[in-house]
Amino acid sequence: MILSVLQSNGGMRGDTKPDCPKHGLDFFEKRRTLLKLRNGLLTSALLLVALTAIAGCKKHTQPLPPAETAPAATAPAPTATLTATPTVISAGDQVQLTWRTTDATSVTIDGIGDLPSVGVKTVTPATSTTYHLVARGEGGSADASARVTVNAPPAIETPSTSMTEEQDFKAHVQDIFFDYDNYDIRIDAQPTLAKDADFLLQHPNIKIVIGGYCDERGSNEYNIVLGQNRAQATKTALVTAGVAGDRIRVISFGKEKPFCTESNEECWQLNRRAGFTLDR
Amino acid sequence: MKAILRVLPLFLLSLACLFGVQATAQDWLVTGTNLGNQHIRLAAADLKPVGSDPETPVLKNAFDTTLFNDLTNAGIFDMVSKSLAPQAMPGSPQELVPAQWTAAPANASMVALGALSTDNGRLVVYGWLMDPTTAGSPPVLARQYNEAASEDMARTVAHRFADDIIARLGGGINGIAQTKIYFVSNRTGSKEIWVMDYDGANQHAVTHLGQVSISPRISPDGSRIAFSSLSNDGWAIRMFSLDLGRTVGFPAGAANGSNLSPAWSADGTKLAFSSARSGRPEIWVVDAGGGNPRRVTAFGSEVSPAWNPRTGTQLAFVSGRTGEPQIYVMDQDGANVQRMTDSGYAISPSWSSNGGLLTFSWNRKYGPGDPGGQDIYVMDIASKRWLQATHEAGNNDFPSWSPDGRHIVFQREINHRTQIWSMLADGTEQHQLTFSGDNSMPNWSWK
Repeated sequence: MILSVLQSNGGMRGDTKPDCPKHGLDFFEKRRTLLKLRNGLLTSALLLVALTAIAGCKKHTQPLPPAETAPAATAPAPTATLTATPTVISAGDQVQLTWRTTDATSVTIDGIGDLPSVGVKTVTPATSTTYHLVARGEGGSADASARVTVNAPPAIETPSTSMTEEQDFKAHVQDIFFDYDNYDIRIDAQPTLAKDADFLLQHPNIKIVIGGYCDERGSNEYNIVLGQNRAQATKTALVTAGVAGDRIRVISFGKEKPFCTESNEECWQLNRRAGFTLDR
Repeated sequence: MKAILRVLPLFLLSLACLFGVQATAQDWLVTGTNLGNQHIRLAAADLKPVGSDPETPVLKNAFDTTLFNDLTNAGIFDMVSKSLAPQAMPGSPQELVPAQWTAAPANASMVALGALSTDNGRLVVYGWLMDPTTAGSPPVLARQYNEAASEDMARTVAHRFADDIIARLGGGINGIAQTKIYFVSNRTGSKEIWVMDYDGANQHAVTHLGQVSISPRISPDGSRIAFSSLSNDGWAIRMFSLDLGRTVGFPAGAANGSNLSPAWSADGTKLAFSSARSGRPEIWVVDAGGGNPRRVTAFGSEVSPAWNPRTGTQLAFVSGRTGEPQIYVMDQDGANVQRMTDSGYAISPSWSSNGGLLTFSWNRKYGPGDPGGQDIYVMDIASKRWLQATHEAGNNDFPSWSPDGRHIVFQREINHRTQIWSMLADGTEQHQLTFSGDNSMPNWSWK
């Protein structure tokens, strides 16, 4: 449904040509388009048109009502959930935020920004924080909160520079995502990779590990091969951008360490990634 | 083959309907599972308890149940069900009344019988196999077992007696009642290597590493398990010695890069595995001691090798060189590569002991948006004709042949829970073997 709506808007497909013709085109067009929504790369105008149309499609199971009908009157109210795991950490530990919304056109978490309707994000709060998610849709808005308690760091003073470096790294080096059973660097991943490479070039002392991850479908063994190739392709791209190869290790996690465990495309997409961590 | 086709047209036709493949693809099936042969009608009389030791009934029950299940699982007998068999428990050939067993509804052409006693902590079992259709014929088989009295040992003795009967009546192919199945379980909180008897009894953990350990492959002599573990340095092939009860060094399997899916050659002198030590995942072969590593593929998405146990010179493996993974066969030096599957998503090959058949997991309808199942298939290597063994029941993967070539053990995932099942190689007699935690990647011992 989403696909047909977006295609009808013409002019959107110029840069979404699949780079691997061996797969079904429709499926990948659809997924790319979803991703573009997710990554906020569409112009806001098109986004608005598309999402309005999507919401409209969902609602109009009956013959189309007159155009001037106020959509807010019948649009379902958004719902939102937000969980943090774990909820109590020591300073410097990571927390995984998992959120899920329905019927929302805009999802934000205070201090993090615009987000896809469903997702997972790893954060490293330095102090106790309440994450506040707001989902706005045609039917109103909903919010959800998750509190993370950060215990004081151990008595031994940790060098403040390392904390800063870790946070800096997390803030600037973003994971990239892949198509199903494929390890080509997608067009929409290239700007992200360019920023990742810039950060690494500006911080020549940082060493990193690239983790290759896959979704749950298919064999454990073949998925480790696939994850290896994803991580290796990502390393190759960074090396091509000028980052020294001996600063980068690659490890494939296959489908052994999923970010998300549900059986749907959104979740699978989150798991098909190359993830960056500091190598110590 | 043609003779069999003439003799059993209806039988083959019904199979063709059952499995939904071309009738022409069926001729190998007789070879694969002995289904074309008339099965021997076999009755297993309950053992006669001798003496009054309180342990005797418990051990007798364990023996009777295990023996009946082993003979049923063998797949080569038409077993007389317990409800149709006479109540008699003949303790020796002299106590056997043949007419009781040859008459309807039992109609047995063979009877297994015997006596069990427990004395001073010893379990003594006498077992015979008799032909009741011929008056006065000598025993087909006579066995005596004397072991420490325990329920485990009663099961073990029953396994031995079953294997003796199967070897005698099953065309000289040894039974599998004493074989083991190695597998991966997360019951302790992390993926460890476990082992169980072939029928699912006696499950226990082998490794306690606290890492992710997968892909166990038992050595042909049963002394070592090769497997793959994830650490901060990535995946390494590791070696567990069952003689020493601990992991032993195997540096050849730890070179940088993903080292995965080990496979033993049938003579135990070589290991094949997937390694990305040269950058991309390729099939490598090393001597069992770790020496002489050599790369035998060059396409960069190669994994899951399996040696031909008959020739010892060929490898089946999985390659993503054309997109979705497919099954290939090649010589051990990388020559004569032959693609076996034409489409879909095909993974996890295992080679039958006679070298003629492959079993693997295949999703033929695989593709974005397509429905379809990941099922276990059996393929005749010479003709590339195949049989679908599982149907519309979860996602099935990691099939492994039993040493008798009649059985396949595999993993089945339903609603995110993965358990281990076994079946006859034609897909019948499916039995779930594990029920606790998640259990996967079964590997059947060589003997």
